[in-house]
This record gives sequence, C-alpha cells and structure tokens, in this order.
Amino acid sequence: MAKLNLLLLLVLVVCALGLVTSQHKARKLFSELERAEARARELDVEYGKLQLEASTWGLHARVERVATGTLGMRAPDARRVRVVNLAEGR
Amino acid sequence: MSAAAPALVRLPVWRARFVLAGFFAAFAVIAGRSLYLQAMHTDFLQEKGEARYSRVLTVPATRGRILDRNGEALAVSTPVQSVWAIPGDVSASPAQLRRLASLLGADAGELRRKLGDASRDFVYLKRQIAPETAERVAQLGLEGIYQHPEYRRYYPGGEVTAHVVGFTGVDEAGQEGMELAFEASLGGVPGSRRVIKDRRGRVVEDIESIRAAQDGRDLTLSIDGKIQSLAYAALKEAVLAHRATAGALVALDVQTGEVLALANVPSFNPNNRARLSGAQIRNRALTDVFEPGSTLKPFTVALALESDRLSPATRVQIGNGGLRVAQHVIHDPHPESVLTVAQVIQKSSNVGAARIALALGREDMWRLFQRAGFGAPPQLGFPGEAAGRLRPAATWRPIEQATMAYGHGISVSLMQLARAYTMFARDGELVPVTLQKSPLPAPGTRVLSAQTAREMRAMLELAVQPGGTAPRARIMGWRVAGKTGTAHKQENGGYAADRYIASFVGLAPVSAPRIVVAVMIDEPAGGQYYGGVVAAPVFAQVARGALRALGVPYDAPLEPLPLPGAHEEAREST
Repeated sequence: MAKLNLLLLLVLVVCALGLVTSQHKARKLFSELERAEARARELDVEYGKLQLEASTWGLHARVERVATGTLGMRAPDARRVRVVNLAEGR
Repeated sequence: MSAAAPALVRLPVWRARFVLAGFFAAFAVIAGRSLYLQAMHTDFLQEKGEARYSRVLTVPATRGRILDRNGEALAVSTPVQSVWAIPGDVSASPAQLRRLASLLGADAGELRRKLGDASRDFVYLKRQIAPETAERVAQLGLEGIYQHPEYRRYYPGGEVTAHVVGFTGVDEAGQEGMELAFEASLGGVPGSRRVIKDRRGRVVEDIESIRAAQDGRDLTLSIDGKIQSLAYAALKEAVLAHRATAGALVALDVQTGEVLALANVPSFNPNNRARLSGAQIRNRALTDVFEPGSTLKPFTVALALESDRLSPATRVQIGNGGLRVAQHVIHDPHPESVLTVAQVIQKSSNVGAARIALALGREDMWRLFQRAGFGAPPQLGFPGEAAGRLRPAATWRPIEQATMAYGHGISVSLMQLARAYTMFARDGELVPVTLQKSPLPAPGTRVLSAQTAREMRAMLELAVQPGGTAPRARIMGWRVAGKTGTAHKQENGGYAADRYIASFVGLAPVSAPRIVVAVMIDEPAGGQYYGGVVAAPVFAQVARGALRALGVPYDAPLEPLPLPGAHEEAREST
C-alpha cells in the first residue's frame, strides 16, 4: 500500500513538473509568435511607407517633368514607333 | 487510614464527545468553506486573481490600401502618434511648455489654456504627429502627458486621384469616394490579447491571443495611374485655357467595362483638407447631371437605322427657315437645305435630328434611352451616383420628343454618357461599368444590332474628319470616332443665352474599339464654347496617351494631321 502510494506520488510529481514545463514552453512560443507578428507589422508599416515614398517619387506628373525638363526627353512621334506584333512573329 | 487512592475523577463522557463533535464541526465548516470556494466560486476568484496582473490589450488593425490597376499606391495608412494630457496631472515649467508647444507646432497660449482646465480628465494636445516628432516629445519626460498610436491615411496621388479615391476622417472611417464605398472591406477589425503586466504597467508576459486583429483588405481600382494623370493634366489645362468653371472626364475600357480614368476639375489635395469647398469635392462625372446636347443625336439616329426606315445615305430635308413644331422653331446654322443621315451626325444638325426623331415612336425612343442606361444610376457602387432625368414617354409632347433627339429635356451624368457610347464601340452591346480591377471581358447587354453599331461608328468617324464638327479630335496613328455637344446651360427654368456646356464623347480605334473617352467642360468663358474646339482636343490628348499606354496597334496611316482650316470645321447647332 505504501509502495503504491509512493509510486503515485512520484507520478504526480512528474506530471506536475511536465505541466509546468509545457506551460512555460507554450508561453515562450507564444511570446515568440507575438514578437514575430509585431515584426511582421513593423515590416508591413515600413512597406507601406516605402510604397508611399515610391509613389511620391514616381508621380506621373513628376516623371514627366523630369523627363522633359531635366533630361530633355520627349515622347516619340507615332511615325518613329515600330509596332511589333508578337502573335504574327511566331 | 489507608492512603486514599487518588480519587479518579470521573468526568462525564459527554464532555469528551462534545469536544470531539466540536472538532468535527470545525472540520466540516472548513471543508464546506473550501468546497464553496473551490468548486462553486472558482471562476470568480480566479478572475479576481488574474485581474491583479493580467490585462487585455487591443491590437490595432491597419486599414487596407487602395491601389491602381498596376499596383501603385493611391491611399496608404501609416502609424502616427497623438499626444494627449490629463490637465490635473501636468506639472511643467513655462520653459518646458514653450518647448512642447514648438515641438507640436502649436501656440503656447493655446496650449496653456488647454492644460489650464483642471476639471477635464482628457484633452488632446495634438493629433497625428510624425513618429519622429513624437519621440522628441516623449524625451521631454513631462508628467501627465501621454501618447497613443493612431493611423493616418496618405494619398500620394494627391489631387489627381482625389475624387475617385475619396478620403477618410481623422478616425480613419471613409467619408467620400471609394474610401466610403468600400468601408466594410477596407476597414480592419481590431483584435485583443491578454498579457501579464507588472506593477509599473510593463508587459511581462503574453498569455494568449483572444482574437487576432484582422487587417483591412486592399482594394485594387480599375484606374490606370498613367492615363488618370494624363487625363487630369489635359482637363486642367483645358479648363484653365478656356476659363471654364469646371470640367470632368471619363475613360472606359470597352471590353471590360473598367473605368480607366475619372478626373474632375477643380480638384483638391486630400492630404490637406483645410478650407475645402463643396465645388472641389464634388465628383461631377458621377454626381452631376447636365443636358448633354448633340452627343445624344447618335442614339436617335441609331434607333432610326434599326427600324430599317433609313440608311446612312437617306436624304433629310433641312430647309432654310428651320423646323416648326407646334409654336416652336428649331434652327440650324448650316447653309445646306438637304443633308444625308450621315451628314446630320457629321455636321450635327438639330433640324435633321428632330425630323428623324419625329418619325419615330416616342415609346421606342424612351425604351432605347432607358436601355442605354439613362434615367438609372450606373451602379458603380460609388456614393451619390446620379440617375439623371428621363421622363416617361407618355408625358412627352412632340416638341419635347424633337428636342430630346438632340439632347435637351433629358439629363444624364458624364459616366452614363460614356457608358452609353460603349454600345457603338462594342457592336451594339452595352457594357456594365466598374471601378474595381476586373481584367476579363465583361458580358454586355445587346441594345443595337451589330450592323447599326458599325454604321454609327462610320458616321461618328465622319464627324471628326474635315467637314465634321470635331476635326481636332483626330490623332495620328489611330482612327477615332466621336460626337460633339454644345448645350446651353439651364438657368431658372429656361436656357442661359451665353453659358454653355461643351462636351465630346469618342471612341478609338475605330477598327477594333478599345476605349471610350467622354469629356465635359462647364461654362467655357474664353470666347470659344463649341464642343469641337473646347472638349475635342482634350479627348485627342487623352486618347493618344491611353492608346499608347495600353499598347493598341495603329490602324491609320502615320501622317501628321494639320489643324483644320476655317471652312473644314462645321459649326454646331446649339
């Protein structure tokens, strides 16, 4: 009887320790997940900012201005454009 | 005398039993109490215990982006900080306050006044400041002054896309345009999570996520940034050059029904909305209706062609004195006394259109207008789409039937007009329009026969040739077709003598139409007011850029097109 009790006590202690470890692990993993998610959000925010910046720099009006003004470019005359038909070329 | 044995004091048995029973009773009370706490009140107690250290935090969700069809951002949310204070807790020296005021870009006196009202528990000092500035504010280390993160919406397209995209309020809820129309899918749902906090309020440990934050979905519009920007620039230039009060432009993809560009002038900068007027915010192309004038003639003529009573070569008597209907006389400035049906379109003859209309049944005319989408909103899902006015046929008097043939007595929005023209471009089918990217060809509704639509295209092409009303709509490399409109504006129930709406609706390329572009210029005051002079060049500019951007093959010889001479441009009847 006493032996059985001891055995059960041992099992109980092991289970309790197991519970503590798994709880600890779960919390660690959860905080890791949270960190990763926070990082993902951060990156998303940065992506948004960069996209905003890209859009601002790439404004069509600005591209037009730089191309015609600073770079002295102009849209080609339709006569100087050759249209290549891909479907016929094959 | 014997030693008396110590007298055994016989205690009564009941005393021992009493003590024992006392112990049992105490045990029973303790057991009962613990049972009560452990089994019946456990949830409540655990909750109370957790409340000492665990907190539920909200996880903010970001609002979805709005993109153009090529994935370029038109509206993006970025995090900003809002600075707030508990006035009673603030203890700052005047120097510190001045420093704070300069950081926030606020007036020091104003700031002191806000902080002086100690009865308030919460006051915003400044909302939505840049994260870098917020960092510097935090470094001041002032007591009673706090920050909380918010999102702010930025519109890189600025005034170019302002009307389509719309804008949000300070709380990031859509207020206008697509921001409002798609509020449900753009707006995110904030989540919440449980954390353990220590005495100072720092998060020590995350426990669980109660509900994950759901970010808003991105919205991809059908707008093409390149065409849109070109359209806005061309429209703005025309409005300035002709000193007009306003202008609007719609460009549609004929196959898919997508709106490639939708521009309005005057516009506004959605990033800085101080001092906005209603005239700037109004999306005229969708919410305003006007009497379209001659741009409606092709519909009457198409109906006549459908009835097989006429062909493009049929002659129509114009006469010199105009056409008398009841007490009214319809005039034409053209010298010719006989025109073919094709020439009625080419030279935009009111008398011709009226004569053709009077030979048609008014029910038939009403049905065509109705099937062309007039009198009903175009169902883009855009807030405030106008339906226009199309009165029931039974109420039309003959003079009204005649004037409706050339676009008076009926009102439409520019979007409706552009959409109606897709039936000429698509061999008789009217396409449903959309502001969301949907690159697959959309099924249309058949309104006209394919043959009628082709005949109409040929007539509309005549209108942009020398001798038509809009030779300025031509572009090198592509065949275009279209119709001008010059209508007197309505005013106090009548027509204003010197205020006009100039318009042009066209399609290109004629051999296999890809786009329909509709232009409307309101009250040009620079001396010129004909649709062929004011609106047609805008069409040409936008169509050229759009066809190039879409990579549409040329279908016309590459020869320069000289500006029309004085006698090559027909004057429109107004």
